[in-house]
Amino acid sequence: MKNKKNIFEKTVYSIFLILGLITIGCVLLITIYLVIAGIPAIREIGLFPFLFGKTWESTSENPSYGILPFILTSIYGTAGAILIGVPIGFFTAVYLAKIAKKRVKEVMQTAISLLAGIPSVVYGLVGMLVLVPSIRSIFHVPDGASLFAAMIVLAIMILPSIIKVSITALDAVPKEYEDASLALGATPIETYFRVSVLAARSGIATAIVLGIGRAIGEAMAVMMVSGNVANMPKLFESVRFLTTAVASEMSYSSGLQRQALFSIALVLFLFIMLMNATLNFFLKGKKERK
Amino acid sequence: MSIITVKNMCLWYGEHQALTDIHIEIPEKSITALIGPSGCGKSTFLKTLNRMNDLVQGIKITGDIQYKGRDIFDASLDVNELRREIGMVFQKPNPFPMSIYDNIAYGPRTHGIRNKAKLDDIVEQSLRSAAIWDEVKDRLKKNALGLSGGQQQRLCIARALAVKPTVLLMDEPTSALDPISTSKIEELSMKLKEEYTIIMVTHNMQQAVRISDQTAFFLLGELIEYGNTETLFSTPIDKRTEDYITGRFG
Repeated sequence: MKNKKNIFEKTVYSIFLILGLITIGCVLLITIYLVIAGIPAIREIGLFPFLFGKTWESTSENPSYGILPFILTSIYGTAGAILIGVPIGFFTAVYLAKIAKKRVKEVMQTAISLLAGIPSVVYGLVGMLVLVPSIRSIFHVPDGASLFAAMIVLAIMILPSIIKVSITALDAVPKEYEDASLALGATPIETYFRVSVLAARSGIATAIVLGIGRAIGEAMAVMMVSGNVANMPKLFESVRFLTTAVASEMSYSSGLQRQALFSIALVLFLFIMLMNATLNFFLKGKKERK
Repeated sequence: MSIITVKNMCLWYGEHQALTDIHIEIPEKSITALIGPSGCGKSTFLKTLNRMNDLVQGIKITGDIQYKGRDIFDASLDVNELRREIGMVFQKPNPFPMSIYDNIAYGPRTHGIRNKAKLDDIVEQSLRSAAIWDEVKDRLKKNALGLSGGQQQRLCIARALAVKPTVLLMDEPTSALDPISTSKIEELSMKLKEEYTIIMVTHNMQQAVRISDQTAFFLLGELIEYGNTETLFSTPIDKRTEDYITGRFG
């Protein structure tokens, strides 16, 4: 009887282990494949001209494979989305977690969950039909499909994760902290911003990291609103992101061009890895300093 | 001279009546102990005095509570100012997750003090008054959560003192502490009563006897007996008080 139980325990244990290994295996496979597929083009073009070349003309007779425009566009686009999205998301989270009445909180949280569930192609579509023409008429630019449009769409797309994770962090702040602050004569609003937010800061930082991750990896929606032209980034001009650079040419590419697309994917991958690692490092550092 | 006067006070949580017809006068610059079994309403009563109960949903309070002759529920009274004057120390030490210095400076900053030298001064004075200055003076910039439980509680007292209150409400301030820390807090309270009025909820009857001047005995939401601590413990008038302090129930 005991033996039977033991075998059962061990079997379940192995099954879980295998399932875990499958996940890790996927990560390893993707990493290795990207490195193998991405290196040849970089070798042929040269690391420096590839990363810092300002022109991307993959289909001309004298092709040129410089991806600096994509890199900068991705950085600016993400930064812009964070700049617009984080304040909105942060204040919404504080409002919903601390100030809003229960009923309002429920309704708004449902709406936010819905926002998270909308497919990115729909964001792109609405952006194309509403945002792009509005930008054109408001700012009097020849084409509204621009870096600015992409920033706004990305900002909206990252709102749900920022709000939800921040709310979770703010809800977890011990009531004792807030009581102590109120008992010292601080107003509720003061208490939320000077104590609750402070206590929830690592969770809020995580929320922002998640937002950055989502923004930098997004392809479909930004392709639809950014004009998708390989220009050096300017706010009101058409631009192309790292993600969209891969997606838009993959279907008809061949030879070195195709290999160069893999290299772009590798750069994007390393980018996200690097950013996660840096932010993790800072977050951990903060915790340890406690 | 009584600093707090309560007349006819009743309190309901929704349908449940938690306090019934409380009359009490708290003299200033003394220690008043509130004793009674768990759930008798003594903590609820304490939290009413600085209106921390306002935050509880569905609460209803009737009767008259005066602080320095003024109704604390008066519409023209600034509740934040009331809470500054009537400070509170909680059962579980609850320093903010920030440096020792910032913990103490939090209150004064809230009330508009920005001057660095002035803040430095308040921080030192408050920590000295709470008898913890010597232990923390070399690590004011360190996180307060690194202190021991007893130190954290004295830090919380210092934090409450930093906004220059007149009354200190203490809700079982030693129940989470070891005996040595407890006696430190008791000594501190005896010293603080020279300048402050202290109202302390305690489960520990020896503690009430050791440090308090008056004792109020609560039972099932009623104030059964209130008077000089020595008298109350040696010759209680009410049978229920006698039963409680001799350990027959509770």
